[in-house]
Amino acid sequence: MALAKRIIPCLDVDNGRVVKGVQFVDIRDAGDPVEVAKRYNEQGADEITFLDITASHEGRDTTVHTVERMAAEVFIPLTVGGGIRKIEDIRRMLNAGADKVGINSAAVSDPEFVKAAAERFGSQCIVVAIDAKQVSGEGEAPRWEIFTHGGRKPTGIDAVQWARKMADYGAGEILLTSMDRDGTKNGFDLKLTRAISDAVSIPIIASGGVGNLQHLADGVLEGGADAVLAASIFHFGEYSIPEAKAYMRERGIEMR
Amino acid sequence: MSSQQIAVIDYGMGNLHSVASALEHVAPEAEVLVTSDPAQVSAADRVLFPGVGAIRDCMAEIKRLKFDELLREQVASGKPVLGVCVGMQALMDRSEENGGVDCIGLLPGQVRYFGADLKDADGQRLKVPHMGWNQVHHTHHPLWAGIEQDARFYFVHSFYVEAGNPEQVAGTCDYGTTFAAALTQDNLFAVQFHPEKSHTAGLQLLRNFVDWNGKP
Repeated sequence: MALAKRIIPCLDVDNGRVVKGVQFVDIRDAGDPVEVAKRYNEQGADEITFLDITASHEGRDTTVHTVERMAAEVFIPLTVGGGIRKIEDIRRMLNAGADKVGINSAAVSDPEFVKAAAERFGSQCIVVAIDAKQVSGEGEAPRWEIFTHGGRKPTGIDAVQWARKMADYGAGEILLTSMDRDGTKNGFDLKLTRAISDAVSIPIIASGGVGNLQHLADGVLEGGADAVLAASIFHFGEYSIPEAKAYMRERGIEMR
Repeated sequence: MSSQQIAVIDYGMGNLHSVASALEHVAPEAEVLVTSDPAQVSAADRVLFPGVGAIRDCMAEIKRLKFDELLREQVASGKPVLGVCVGMQALMDRSEENGGVDCIGLLPGQVRYFGADLKDADGQRLKVPHMGWNQVHHTHHPLWAGIEQDARFYFVHSFYVEAGNPEQVAGTCDYGTTFAAALTQDNLFAVQFHPEKSHTAGLQLLRNFVDWNGKP
């Protein structure tokens, strides 16, 4: 008996609609995040991550409503990230039915926010999202720096040290995205994943670059990830969650 | 049977939406009340006692609102009571969290920290919090009806219950150590995992709770 590694499909949601598209064979409205989440839930996804990319204030109200609808029908853990900057934002999302919130830029601009959030709501619901890029040159020991604002803004902060600090500040989990790999389908940055996973005692979700099932398994076996997050390989029906789980089981990974 | 009332005790500690909507999902005919009104809790047919966050804050609120007494009365009345996660931990004698906190003491036992250097039987490091889907080895009890042996449930916690009375353990889970994933005494049942987030098996447990007469 052992804890299962998790597979987490990620939905990018703008104004209450899934963007980047999700194409299921027998689903009428693949733009409705609730329908998409229900489908993943039925397929055996271990959690759902909902990334809110809405910019407008009005859009935020739509997000809260979408989270409420999702929580009423999907009975697996739900993480909501994107635009979480204040204690009030967290309270709103948790009250709407989210189980965890992802904090990214706000943690960088004010690390004390993570501490305050963990004290107020408990570490179990605080996921710190880290976007990291390799900054070391050829032949140097690998080093990664964290970036904010969707990978556009460098911070000068070392990713491994930052992960340690966030764990000390009460983060319950780290969602680690390689900006070098995101969208490439070349697989996770396994060295980065391994470096962060070894540096902290809290669980790590690997993200960025999944193009096939081998990548998912490598994230766990070589990267030391506790969970793997992917979007497009599931959204476009290239692979289903059960196929991913069957493959990972074959590779000796404990799955639910 | 006329529509029953299920009270979800609200003591201000986080999100009760999930547990309420899961109960509504499995018992559409029931009235689910998320409430901090002792009269409503006392009038309900069954009671769910949830909890998330740090035990010190939880216990402070429970004591301020005199919900420890309320819970004692509910359990003594014989109606089915279900504790979930920190709601289970709060039922024990004492927790190591936050430098040591006295809990309600309805069930004998201690709440322990997994430890920063937790390892499995093969010496592999285990992450804390214990987060994700793990197997529960359960005893025979009406709340496990229709649930496979060693089914997986969703856990998220850094502290675990060390039962004071092994006969009260209704389910165990392994994570570096074998701990009590479920405890029961008469009409009281408590689980460390989140049934409301545990998909099929979790919803089945909640359905069983809704149908439970409070007898072992």
